[in-house]
Amino acid sequence: MSRLPALLTLLAVAGVLAALPFILSDYNVSLAAQVGIFFIGVLGLNILTGYTGQISIGHGAFMAIGGYTTAVMSRDHHTNLVVTMLMAFAICFVVGVLVGLPALRLSGVYLALVTFALAVSVPLLPLQWSTFLGGSGGVQSAQTVSHVWLYGVAWSVSAILFVAAWLILRGRVGRAFRAVRDSELAAVASGIELPVYKTLAFGISAAYAGVAGALFVLATNGFAQPSEFTVFLSLQLLIGAAIAGLGSLWGILAGAAFVGLLPAVSSSVPVVGSAHGRDVVFGAAVILVMLLLPDGVAGLVGRLRNLSRA
Amino acid sequence: MAAVESSPGPSLRNRGAALGGISPVVVLLVAASAGLLVGCLRSETFAQLTVQGLALGSVYGSLALALVLVYRATGVINFAQGELAMATTYIAWQLIQWGLSYWEAFFATLGIAFVLGTVLEVVLIRPVLHRSAIAAVIVTVGLFILIDGVVDWIWGSDLKYLPSPFGPRIYHVGGVSIARLYPGIFVVLVVSMLLVWTLFRFTKLGLGMRAAALRPAAAALVGVRVDRMLAIGWGLAAVLGAVAGLMAEPSQFFLQPTLMQPILVYAFAAAVLGGLESPAGAVVGGLVIGVSLNLLVQYVPAITTNLQTPFAFAVLIVVLLLKPSGLFGRREVRRV
Repeated sequence: MSRLPALLTLLAVAGVLAALPFILSDYNVSLAAQVGIFFIGVLGLNILTGYTGQISIGHGAFMAIGGYTTAVMSRDHHTNLVVTMLMAFAICFVVGVLVGLPALRLSGVYLALVTFALAVSVPLLPLQWSTFLGGSGGVQSAQTVSHVWLYGVAWSVSAILFVAAWLILRGRVGRAFRAVRDSELAAVASGIELPVYKTLAFGISAAYAGVAGALFVLATNGFAQPSEFTVFLSLQLLIGAAIAGLGSLWGILAGAAFVGLLPAVSSSVPVVGSAHGRDVVFGAAVILVMLLLPDGVAGLVGRLRNLSRA
Repeated sequence: MAAVESSPGPSLRNRGAALGGISPVVVLLVAASAGLLVGCLRSETFAQLTVQGLALGSVYGSLALALVLVYRATGVINFAQGELAMATTYIAWQLIQWGLSYWEAFFATLGIAFVLGTVLEVVLIRPVLHRSAIAAVIVTVGLFILIDGVVDWIWGSDLKYLPSPFGPRIYHVGGVSIARLYPGIFVVLVVSMLLVWTLFRFTKLGLGMRAAALRPAAAALVGVRVDRMLAIGWGLAAVLGAVAGLMAEPSQFFLQPTLMQPILVYAFAAAVLGGLESPAGAVVGGLVIGVSLNLLVQYVPAITTNLQTPFAFAVLIVVLLLKPSGLFGRREVRRV
């Protein structure tokens, strides 16, 4: 996308987002905040999977770590919530780099296996260390926030992280990421240190997920519970990234809206009903997108633009 | 990575092993079995846990075998393998509700599973197979959620019960009580592994499948129907998964939509422990995971049932870091 239309699109989206809380009902504002939270998570996953070519089916685990960071800090120290988000960012960055280390020796399917097992394992840890992490009952943060606060913070953070991602990806680091994705051998041959860039991508991506997790906990009345961070959450992020279009920033809004809104919308779908309706639609949608729109919504938009130009 | 693995030291040692030296893995496994036997003779609890662990390990091994088949045929890890197994177990339950006897339902289900597996490969996997590994994985992830939803929709999420395939009988050996189910599951696993091995080793179909997996283009040139082979591979994997599901339900788990989710992680660990490419490795890996989990929870105070899945995760990481080719896998040497 050339620079001026891209900037105009961005400004238009930002304007609409700023106006929304004045138009929507309180419930719909909370849904829009949910979309913002998934926007951050899907954005983070896209940096790793879309741009660096390293798959993760375990980003729900990083969201869990970020969420528990916020809940525990709030419970024990009444820390300012924005500060807890920064802590979630930092902690998840470190954990992400640590998970990225074994990933250096793994690729493709092996990485998928490891991250999937991570997603299944992490929510079990609070059950084990129940005095500190609250067991299956969860951790209740001391502060709670209004829907409008959540909406404002979620989308401001989204905007900051979006610009940050754009800056990272357009520069030297982003080129290195894409080189790693397209051919590791060629990347090494042109002097890119694989260990540095792979772990860096993991760290950044996990840090994004951590912030999303912190907001995710605040969205559930400040309650961090193992049952919120099931494997399903990780799959949701991956589906969001696939629908958005791997390796593109423009489709993320669509991907995030899809995974953020569907659970709420599907409960009113006739015939299939609530939870299983959500699953059926999720599963069918992601399969159809992968089969019919290999580049997701972003690819579709690009194709339509080319058509209209021709 | 390639440079490290093709350094002369290890490869020479490997050749020695292949030429008839006893591989350290076999020594290790024999020693472990001996240790287990001694433990069983000394303590009845130990023996009880070992027998149960072998039965559970057989279930993990069956699912791991299915994963290995799919991986060998198409180079994809099927994340929906467990859910597919769960769905076919529901089909068996439904057939029994409709009045079939257990074993009629068992074999009918295997047939249905085969058809289901091949259809899924042809309709969903084949179109994305030529794209990246990520695309195929995402499709199987979608399938995971889709099957979950469909099963929940048709059968609901309340618990269902399958009758035990081998009757309620319990044998007493010394102070150890062994439900007839446990050796039954073990035998089923061994028989399925032998069938898979025989298929690959001694039949023309198996030869074609191996050729199609190894060198698709070359196989096609000599007349192997590569597409058909891949589909059959998925079908067979679905059959093995169905066996795992049918054995899992009566052994410890309840028939509900989440039946196979914990088992899937153990099966991943088992498959990777066995080298991800080796059917025998998957079975041994399954047994090792099953027995060690059961014993660890009893004898190591720090490991509770909550830590069983994280333990499987740790096994995955350690194996992949220290010996990525697993116990039975071949070292992959890439020419650059």
